[in-house]
Parts: sequence; C-alpha cells; structure tokens
Amino acid sequence: MENSMHEVEHHYDEMSVVCERPSTLLDARMHYCPGCGHGVAHRILMEAIEELGIQEQTVGVAPVGCSVFAYHYMNVDMQEAAHGRATAVATGIKRCLPDKYVYTYQGDGDLAAIGTGETVHTVNRGENILIVFINNAIYGMTGGQMAPTTLLEQKTSTTPYGRESSFMGNPLKITELLAQLPGAFYVTRQAVNTPVNVRRAKKALLNALKYQKLNKGTCMVEIVSNCPTNWGMKPVEANEWLVENMLPYYPLGDMKVPSKEDIENA
Amino acid sequence: MGELRLMKGNEALAEAAIRAGMDAYFGYPITPQSEVLEYLTREGYNRTKCTILQAESEIASINMVYGAAGAGARVMTSSSSPGISLMQEGLSYIAGAELPCLVVNINRGGPGLGTIQPSQGDYFQSVKGGGHGDYRLIVLAPATVQEMADFVEEGWDLADKYRNPVMMLSDGALGQMMEKVELREQRDRTARKAPEWATTGKPVERDRNFITSLFIKPEEMEQVNLHLQEKYRTIEANEIRVQEMDTEDADFIIVAYGLSARIGHKVMEIMRAEGVKVGLIRPITLWPYPYATIAKAAEHVKGFLSLELNAGQMVEDVRLAVNGRCPVGHYGRMGGIIPSPEEVVEVLKDMYSKIQ
Ligand SMILES: Cc1ncc(C[n+]2csc(CCOP(=O)(O)OP(=O)(O)O)c2C)c(N)n1
Ligand code: SF4
Ligand SMILES: [Mg+2]
Repeated sequence: MENSMHEVEHHYDEMSVVCERPSTLLDARMHYCPGCGHGVAHRILMEAIEELGIQEQTVGVAPVGCSVFAYHYMNVDMQEAAHGRATAVATGIKRCLPDKYVYTYQGDGDLAAIGTGETVHTVNRGENILIVFINNAIYGMTGGQMAPTTLLEQKTSTTPYGRESSFMGNPLKITELLAQLPGAFYVTRQAVNTPVNVRRAKKALLNALKYQKLNKGTCMVEIVSNCPTNWGMKPVEANEWLVENMLPYYPLGDMKVPSKEDIENA
Repeated sequence: MGELRLMKGNEALAEAAIRAGMDAYFGYPITPQSEVLEYLTREGYNRTKCTILQAESEIASINMVYGAAGAGARVMTSSSSPGISLMQEGLSYIAGAELPCLVVNINRGGPGLGTIQPSQGDYFQSVKGGGHGDYRLIVLAPATVQEMADFVEEGWDLADKYRNPVMMLSDGALGQMMEKVELREQRDRTARKAPEWATTGKPVERDRNFITSLFIKPEEMEQVNLHLQEKYRTIEANEIRVQEMDTEDADFIIVAYGLSARIGHKVMEIMRAEGVKVGLIRPITLWPYPYATIAKAAEHVKGFLSLELNAGQMVEDVRLAVNGRCPVGHYGRMGGIIPSPEEVVEVLKDMYSKIQ
C-alpha cells in the first residue's frame, strides 16, 4: 500500500499540468450532485471569462435555484437575486455600469416561470447582458417539481402520472420565443452532456461575452442540462435520457446569430 | 437662499432627486405619482446623464433598484400603494442584503385597487414590515412639498449611513398639491464614489464582492439577524425626528403625521382660540418612532387623539408610548376622504368633555 502511494506521487511529479482550475473559479467544493450539469456549466462560463481576460470587468447575477450559491464558486463580483428577478437585477447593474460585462445564470423555473415577465422585457429592451439559461426540465432545488420546460409525460413530484398538456400546458420553448424579439442579438441552445457539446457550449459563451461589447442587444445561451437526482437516474442514464427525450424537443443549435454587418457596423 | 419655485409635490420630489445626484430611477406608472416618472424622463438624462427607466412592473422596478444599489448607485423608485405592495419581497431582500436606496410611496386609498385619492392606510405596511422577516425601513413622513423635496437627499444620506432602505411615506394630496419650494444646489453626481462593498468588478487586489441575503446555516442567519437588530437599535437611538407644537402647556395632544398633521395644526389653532390648550406632536420619522416624546407628554396631559387617514393604525404606537397613563382616541376617515378641521374639532371636544 505504502509503496503504491509512493509510486503514484512519484508518477504525478513527472506529469505536466494539462488542465487547471481557472483563476475565475474559486477553490471551493461545489454542492452539486454527482453528474449534475451545473458544475460543468459553471466551469466553462468561468473559463470563457478567464480567457477573455475580463474577470475584473464582470458582474454576475445568481438566481434562486440549485445554483443560488454560484457566488461561492465564481470568482467575480456577484449579486444574488430574488427568484425570477435576475434579469431585472442585471438591468439595474448594467444601466449603472454600462462598461462592465454583466451576466445572469438562471434555471428554467427561475427564468421561464416566475421570472418570465422580467426575461421577456429584458430581452425586449435589448439589455446588453448575457443570459445563461440552464434547462433541466425540472425544479432541482425544491425537490423535483414540474418546471415550465418539463416534457409531456415526464414524471415529476407534482406530475406523478406524467405531464399532460390539456391539464398542465406544454413544455415552454422560451428560447425560441425570445429569439423572435428584435432586442435579442445572439440566441443559441447548447448542451454539456458530451465533451464535444461542452466545447461547443463554451465557444457560444465566449462569443456571447465578446458580443456584449458591441452594445447590440441581449445574448442568450441556453444549456440543456440534467438533474440526475430528481430525475431519479444515475448520471450516465440521465445523460442518455437527455439525448433521447430532451434533445428532440429542444434541438441544439443557433436560433439567432449576428450578421457580418451587425458585427462590422458596431 | 436656494432657487424658489411653485411646484407639485411629485415634481419637487423628482427635481430634488436630480439635484441630489441621483444615479438611477426605475419606476412604473400609477396614479397619483406618475408625474415623478414623467418629470424624470423629461429632465433626468438631459441634465445629469442619470439612468431613468420605465420598468415593466413594480416587481421589476424594485429588483432593478436592488441591482443598481448593489452596484453602488444612488437609486430611487416611487409608486403608490398597490405598486408598493408588489415591491414587498424586493424590499425584504434589499433590507436583508443591506442595500441603500430610496423608495417613495404616494399613498392612495385601499384595500385592493381602492381609489386614487389620498390615504394613510399604508402605515402598518411601511413601519411594521410589509415584506417577510425581521427587518425595518427608515420611514420619513413629509407634511409639505418642501419636505418632499428635502427628504430625498436626507433619505439617501440616511440610507448610505446605515446601508438600509429608506421609505418616504407621502400621500396623494401632498404629491398633487402645489406649494412654494426652495430647491438645493445641483450636486455633482460623478463626485460620489461607489462604496467598497459594491459589485463594480473585482480588481486583482481585492476579493470578490457579493451581495446576498441568503445565509443557509441557522447559526449564520442568526448572526446576520442580530447584526441587523443592533443596527436598528442604533438607528432608534440616533435618528428619531419629531416636531412638537405647543406641547409644553398642553392639556390635550393630537398626534398626526404628514397631511393629517396639517389638519391637526388647524384643529389646534381653533381649540386654542376657544381656550382649550391643545398641542400637536408630529412624528417625522415613523420608524424609528418618537415613543419617548409621546411618553414624556403623557406625564402631564389628559389625553391624546391620533388623527390619521385610516381606520386606526398609528394609534397602536401612540398607545404603546402612552402605556395606559391617559386615554388615547383615534379619528380617521378612509377611502380618500379628508376630514375638515371643524369635523375633527367636534370629535375632540366630545372626547375632551368625557375625560375632564
Ligand atoms: C418567491 C419564491 N417562490 C418560490 C421559491 C422556492 N423555489 C426555490 S428554487 C425554485 C425552483 C428552482 O428551479 P429552477 O429555476 O429550474 O432551478 P434548478 O434548481 O432546477 O437549477 C423554487 C420554486 C422561492 N425561493 N421564492
Ligand atoms: S438537484 Fe438536480 S440540478 Fe440540483 S444539484 Fe442536484 S442534480 Fe443538479
Ligand atoms: Mg431547473
């Protein structure tokens, strides 16, 4: 035993570091469940901020939801908003600090149920902020109730027999809806279930942050995520379920991209 | 002597806000205070490049105020009763996160959609909480258009001093009436620096700032509450404001704030002309409340009348202060009706004859 430990340490000494915690992410143990998409989403957002060198100019807004403690992990100035009001809080910040990069990080209940009004009007005003939207089709924090994005027939603690449209409405494609608004500048849907998707999602976040400097409107990156705990699945099963059920209804890809002129004339 | 103008209360408030160096205003139209937003959209940005934004609701307004205050701005919102009700969750968060801001309520009659006429029916909501949890707003009650202007800057200074939301509780009559007002000098709003706790972007040399009212561990949450309570005790010790008129020789005292105090003053004059020694206590801060002033007067007067435009809300605080030493009555009209001084004189005479 002692020997093998020694070997491991020795081996480690000889390795070069290929992957480090970005300076924008604090050295804190996250409270997220194993396999949860929130941790990955935090990391790529913070990597993007580090790579752009904008940590000092960035102010984030945390929601009420599982990511309510985002400010314990993200090493930027942050405010914790009331449930659903993150984009209103971000509006207040951005209007007073127009030169800063401002983002919100919100779950589906926060952004698309209780905060729908704020979300729609923030994008409609074209506030120059980034909205990171974590869609896991459920209320994670409160123990797995139906979200506006819950799929038809999906079972949750408040749709014990599955969501039925005549009774509980249909899963809300709020991102598609927001992409229709003239105030939206860049709207895309990504996922973090595979390494390729993680890289694509990060690229989208990088672009969205870069666009913020153009002052051309709201950028929104939806990330289709999971909730192994409240879906009642192991992490791998959850990501399989995501591919089979979430992605057909919430297809990945860009919904609104800036034109060349948009970017050049800015 | 500052510039003199004849202005509506709502306009004087807006003008004073620009002059006091306001960085941002967020609001939603509602009678009888829409002039504030109208005046500011017309004048604000043009004069000081401040942010004036018509929000989609009062819920959005108060949360924009939260964001702006957290970013270090001198920020205000205004509304009237139903809109202020919508802001209560936000106010609780602002108090919990200890953010300075000014919220103005141009009180109208309720409950429900009620009426657009003046009322003081929001006393309980303003001074006893309104939102959830153990928090306090510093509540200033102007009685003149001049005070509606003056209490803007004074309110912000108090908010900054204690990192606490301040409410100006006015009413539809004061907001709409025109009076002479002396305006203060224009402050340079760029001269005011953001506080060091504000989220202005984290320089390398300092740790990140975060604004929150969430403390999930009970031991921590209790400490935060104890800290807030200690702050509230300091405010109670230092910031009570009250006006006493002819109380030294009074046999009977009217307690009234804001618009009611103006009526009370007239009642006092009529009674004094008839030989009855009536005095007036006008609380200017409704929280912290001038309990001690009333308690002291209770040692030598025969009775009190709490005059309010409601069913009897502040009278509970008067009774607390008097603590059974003499009778405390209440008179009020509701639904936007303002009693005439003569009407109150009758009530007072009746009460006075019974306690002689
Ligand atoms: C005004 C208010 N209503 C309800 C709640 C309770 N609540 C907290 S988080 C939440 C839902 C969170 O779900 P979502 O936004 O999807 O985030 P997730 O946890 O799934 O990441 C609810 C209903 C609250 N905190 N405040
Ligand atoms: S409850 Fe769900 S969303 Fe919340 S941390 Fe756990 S897996 Fe993630
Ligand atoms: Mg969710």
